Amino acid sequence: MGNWIFQPSHFAAVVLFALFASTVFGITMRETPRSMIRYGIYCFVLFVASAIALSWAMYFIAR
Amino acid sequence: MRYSQKGMATEKNKNVAAGSGFVYLPLIAGWLVPGGGHFLLRKWGRGALLAASILGMFVLGLAMQGKIYASVHDILDLLGLVGDLGVGLLYVFSRMLGLGNVQVQVTTADYGTRFIVVAGLLNIIAAVDAHNLRTGRKS
Repeated sequence: MGNWIFQPSHFAAVVLFALFASTVFGITMRETPRSMIRYGIYCFVLFVASAIALSWAMYFIAR
Repeated sequence: MRYSQKGMATEKNKNVAAGSGFVYLPLIAGWLVPGGGHFLLRKWGRGALLAASILGMFVLGLAMQGKIYASVHDILDLLGLVGDLGVGLLYVFSRMLGLGNVQVQVTTADYGTRFIVVAGLLNIIAAVDAHNLRTGRKS
């Protein structure tokens, strides 16, 4: 990759991870294009929402 | 008059529609090249999205200074190696080019390593999906 180093924030890394994984899940787990999109969005929201919820839980546990 | 199932979505007709030839070819192509199995089955849109997602994840993992597993020291390394091998030829080319072998330690390097492993695991899911399309188990 040469000298290029990509250093996203934790949240950006989660969003990127969720985006790629949700795309693959949506395409592979459903049969029609409409249900693929719906399931992909569902997975993406679940990924990001659970990351935010767990982050706040850890924030309060650490206090 | 005799009842005919010609043209109906029966299991037999589904398999006929899936085509003939080596049934595992999309599975192998999908493993070696991300999205390759879907391209082979002329599912261009799905193949392109799968390829973009898996390649994107792999490249970003390398850009984050993620490690590509080359040797096994414990069970976790073995699992990581299996995940990395899931990307097929990308693993071979990356090893040949010496990518994922950096000593630089940045905070995102661990994320990068996970991105690379998950890219391999997602590629295996995509390859199995191509196989299911080929056998007619999925439309």
